[in-house]
Amino acid sequence: MAVLVPSARRLLTGWGRTNATVAEVLELPNHEVPAALKEAGDRGALVRGLGRSYGDAAQNAGGLVMRLLGSAHQSVVDSAAATVTVPAGVSIDDLLRVIVPRGFFVPVTPGTRFVTIGGAIASDIHGKNHHVEGSFGNHVAALTLLLADGTQVVVGPHLQPELFWATVGGMGLTGVILDATVRLLPIETSRMSVDTQRVPDLDSLFTAMAEHDDDYRYSVAWIDPQAKGRSLGRSVLSRGDHARLDQLGPREAIDPLAYGAKQLVSMPPLIPPMGVINHATVAAFNEMWYRKAPRHREGELQTIAGYFHPLDMVGKWNRIYGSKGMLQYQFVVPFGEEETMRTVIERLSASGTASFLAVLKRFGPGSQAPLSFPAPGWTLALDVPAGSSGLGGMLHSLDRLVLDAGGRHYFAKDSVTTPDAIRRGYPRLAEWKAVRDGVDPTGVWQSDLSRRLGLTD
Amino acid sequence: MDNALGEPQTILLLGGNSDIGLAIVRELLSPNARTVVLACRDTGKGEQAAAGLRHDRLAVHVVQFDGAASNTHEALVRSIGEQYGDIDLAIIAFALLGDGEATSKDVAAATEVAAVNFTGVMSATIAVANRMRVQGHGAIVMLSSVAGERVRAANAVYGATKAGIDGFAQGLGDELAGEGVHMLVVRPGFVHSAMTAGLKAAPFATTPEAVAAATAKGLRSKRRTVWAPGILRVVFMTLRHVPGPIWRRLPLG
Repeated sequence: MAVLVPSARRLLTGWGRTNATVAEVLELPNHEVPAALKEAGDRGALVRGLGRSYGDAAQNAGGLVMRLLGSAHQSVVDSAAATVTVPAGVSIDDLLRVIVPRGFFVPVTPGTRFVTIGGAIASDIHGKNHHVEGSFGNHVAALTLLLADGTQVVVGPHLQPELFWATVGGMGLTGVILDATVRLLPIETSRMSVDTQRVPDLDSLFTAMAEHDDDYRYSVAWIDPQAKGRSLGRSVLSRGDHARLDQLGPREAIDPLAYGAKQLVSMPPLIPPMGVINHATVAAFNEMWYRKAPRHREGELQTIAGYFHPLDMVGKWNRIYGSKGMLQYQFVVPFGEEETMRTVIERLSASGTASFLAVLKRFGPGSQAPLSFPAPGWTLALDVPAGSSGLGGMLHSLDRLVLDAGGRHYFAKDSVTTPDAIRRGYPRLAEWKAVRDGVDPTGVWQSDLSRRLGLTD
Repeated sequence: MDNALGEPQTILLLGGNSDIGLAIVRELLSPNARTVVLACRDTGKGEQAAAGLRHDRLAVHVVQFDGAASNTHEALVRSIGEQYGDIDLAIIAFALLGDGEATSKDVAAATEVAAVNFTGVMSATIAVANRMRVQGHGAIVMLSSVAGERVRAANAVYGATKAGIDGFAQGLGDELAGEGVHMLVVRPGFVHSAMTAGLKAAPFATTPEAVAAATAKGLRSKRRTVWAPGILRVVFMTLRHVPGPIWRRLPLG
């Protein structure tokens, strides 16, 4: 009989630091999960990764929340097949330190490397390469899932595919992902070759991305959300690929696969309650970001961390928003709905909401998973301080625009949309729910997100 | 569940016909709201209030509730939770005003006011708090009153019950802080409402809507106390320290 680590009642929030709720939190190795599950009561159980979902996806008020311990050194790299089998609680950060020196990269990385493999699958995360490679779930060959009744199953695209695709993007509500076998991308170097250009307005951005994104593995645009009028949508478009060995200078070529991502500083816990984000600081930041970008530059060598995870250099950067926290609004609208995207950006710009780092990305084909977020079209993500006045009215009105255009919202970011909006945005919800109910008839897996959006009702 | 904007999905109003309580409910309704439960003594009147709130995406239920029947409160809150799911926000808005100085001379009348305003509010609040502890989240709005800040001869019984329950709510709020449950104590001044109809308005009189707006703002910013109107905080800071012989003679309505 395994000895359980004593649990503690703890207040949990997502990365946005809104909506704290209390749960029994338990950190445990994979083999102790079945015993811990027996302790779960009416309020159910959930696995939490590194808490980087912005909203309430990794919270379970009044219930059990498990954090899976696991080390990247337990992962098994198959160099010939270019795959890794890794415990679900391992972060991309830890995994990169093992695989990059061996000449491999993760198939998909989000804007932070502090997410777990289990979380990456459960949220079916996407990255700057979505237009070429799709979302994370597309690169999972198999995963081990612990079901509500305590049994373990191995599922994959060819092995119980319904359960596999319900788990990809399933927000942890089908079972506990214990480990996964993920296909890796072979790389010659740990550097990125990056082309950067300033784009003066939204139309030019749509055109530039539609015409040339496919020439690059990675592409993303940073938009100045404060720009108005003729400058609306002015942006810095950054595209690139892994550098080949022959692109490195003599100094870098000595150790082409060197990898050492560092955190330079961490935000102190004592930020004034109103935060340091306001219209003036954000406008200055956005102006600086646009001006500092080159008009046009090709083939610049950057590190993996510098290119993919610039915000990770500042630990706990979410604290800059103060005690009221922040939220991230992310949606996708289909191709052909560029005018909807323009209207949304116009409204955000006109509202004067202090937001920085708005990011626009062109998605490629979607995944088979019923609750996977990405779909062919344009996605916009931006941070907003949660205390802004009039924010509720504005976001609910943007929801309607997005849904009328055939778009939808991202569970891993969401903290404001409604059950109705999810039903419109995800027409395959009932299909997902049928699979889920089959493996969890009594509703063991619960989260604040599932309660708020009625995902399992 | 609340969303990140603090918009509740399920609201329980104890004192379902309270003008201030209903104004707070209206103020907090958003596209996120799903269910409102009006718990009231007069369910017929409650149904009229419910009809005014109800729409396609908002279910409004009326349940029988007797503020003085403390022994029924725990079971009632439990059954509301079981039927309608997590209670995101509970507003404790039931109270009797009594009949001023006459109540201070009438044992039966004074006991009845105390049984509702103090004992009943305490038992209902404990029942709600216990439920929210199990949920791991929730918010409670306690309608106190400036009448409890310094009790006057003109409404000694009412003022004393508010003073008592205000203190209880603050203490309980501190205890709930680590449980994901937020307590907001609201201290309105004189409010033009059904409760005060026919009474002479006191200085700085306000409306249920103004109290509701201040309450919603206090909830969003996680305040622990709200005065309505806000100026009363300063006014009572002074009044607390006025010497007794002068206090007795002040024309406070």
